[in-house]
Amino acid sequence: MGGYGDVQMIDENGLRMDGRKPGDLRPISIETGVIPVADGSCRMVWGTNEAIVAVYGPMEAHPRKIQRQDRAVIDVAYNMAPFSTTDRIRPGFNRRSREISKVTKDALESVVLLELYPRSKIRVSIEIVSAEAGTRCVGLTAASVALADAGIPMTDMVISVASGKVNDVVVCDLNKEEDNYGEADLPMGILPNTGELVFLQMDGDLSPDEFKQAWDYNVDAAMEVHKLMIDALKGGDN
Amino acid sequence: MNSRPVGQLDNMSIESNADSPRDTQRTLVVVPGEDLGSSEGIEAGHGVLVVGDRIISTKQGKMRRKGNTISVSPLHTRYMPRPGDLVIGHIEGCTNNIWFVDIGAPFNSILPMSLGPAKVEFGGTRKILDIGDSILCRVQEVEETHQSVVTMKGMGLRKIRSGALDELDPHLLGKLIGKGGAFLREMKMETDCRIVVADNGRLWIDGELENILEVRERINSISSEARKIGVDA
Repeated sequence: MGGYGDVQMIDENGLRMDGRKPGDLRPISIETGVIPVADGSCRMVWGTNEAIVAVYGPMEAHPRKIQRQDRAVIDVAYNMAPFSTTDRIRPGFNRRSREISKVTKDALESVVLLELYPRSKIRVSIEIVSAEAGTRCVGLTAASVALADAGIPMTDMVISVASGKVNDVVVCDLNKEEDNYGEADLPMGILPNTGELVFLQMDGDLSPDEFKQAWDYNVDAAMEVHKLMIDALKGGDN
Repeated sequence: MNSRPVGQLDNMSIESNADSPRDTQRTLVVVPGEDLGSSEGIEAGHGVLVVGDRIISTKQGKMRRKGNTISVSPLHTRYMPRPGDLVIGHIEGCTNNIWFVDIGAPFNSILPMSLGPAKVEFGGTRKILDIGDSILCRVQEVEETHQSVVTMKGMGLRKIRSGALDELDPHLLGKLIGKGGAFLREMKMETDCRIVVADNGRLWIDGELENILEVRERINSISSEARKIGVDA
């Protein structure tokens, strides 16, 4: 990372390539109930990222060896569609999708009340239709909206946002160029009501001060996204 | 590293006497993790949790208050069997003395030979109910592990031999039935059909073909209308 130091991604006014200020998010829209056959579903458009998530269950866990006698298991499948990026992606699972499925599952397990559904399984399928940067954040956030839409009991919803460092400036919600040519990336999963952290990854180097700044950006952005999620789930009813 | 709490309890309504949104008379749609006010003197019903001295919603749904019990009934959910529910099941498999019945719940139910529709010889289960048959039955018991037992001993419980089956999300049944059964009664009168609404969201419609089609059309319209958020069950 940081091998493209001559690429100027912050202008003299402090604005980024797409005109955003360092702490700004890309435009977000959330829609629920997009897949009629699923128990819960969500389409989330975040900048030019688009994720579609379907939730099925709770249902009987198969094969039986994955059943837990005291709780449910969550089966997360994150997948990027072959047409989601300019370079075609080979269909099927790969190391990256396995890793993201696992971290998403771990984050969701900390909020879903699994002990209410022993021996069952909740299936979460995350399909990335259009990818720019930060698809794991979009996938995880959309998955928690879809779980809420499916009526699955949860203590809170997970909101995932990434911040990073570009040309030595800490910026929130990286786009593709900033992600590719930037110096660091810090995706976080935050529970907005309890204030807990359920997911944290870091790529690149950040000084303690930069880390704190990125953290603060992520927390503020998560609160903004939380409002949009509430609006989507309440359908403007309140 | 973190100098302040990650989350701000900004929806706790601290500024407005800390007890809204409960104080309003309207039924409100709440989301998981939403604070429903103080738990003092309040009983927690379905779909809520007591965390410290606050009541937290765990589901997306309508908040209801009955007496001093607060509960949240979800907008969309899977059918969860409860003892006494009238359900329509499909036979999915059988052994010498047990049928396995799909009742639309997370787990299959079992129908033991002793609770079957007729006297069965050991090993003769398939002669009475075969795989693929549909039955009207009642949930007898549900264990903590979600294992459930259904029975066909009771008034009106039988194998379904005629008519059509349809499905509706279980949370929309209230909308189909109406207050005191008014909508359903009206639909039965208008279409001259026999309609049995089971608690697991399955319906048995029996009558003339055109009438059955009309009932199904009405059910589909309820279903598609309800996909719009905010339609009450």
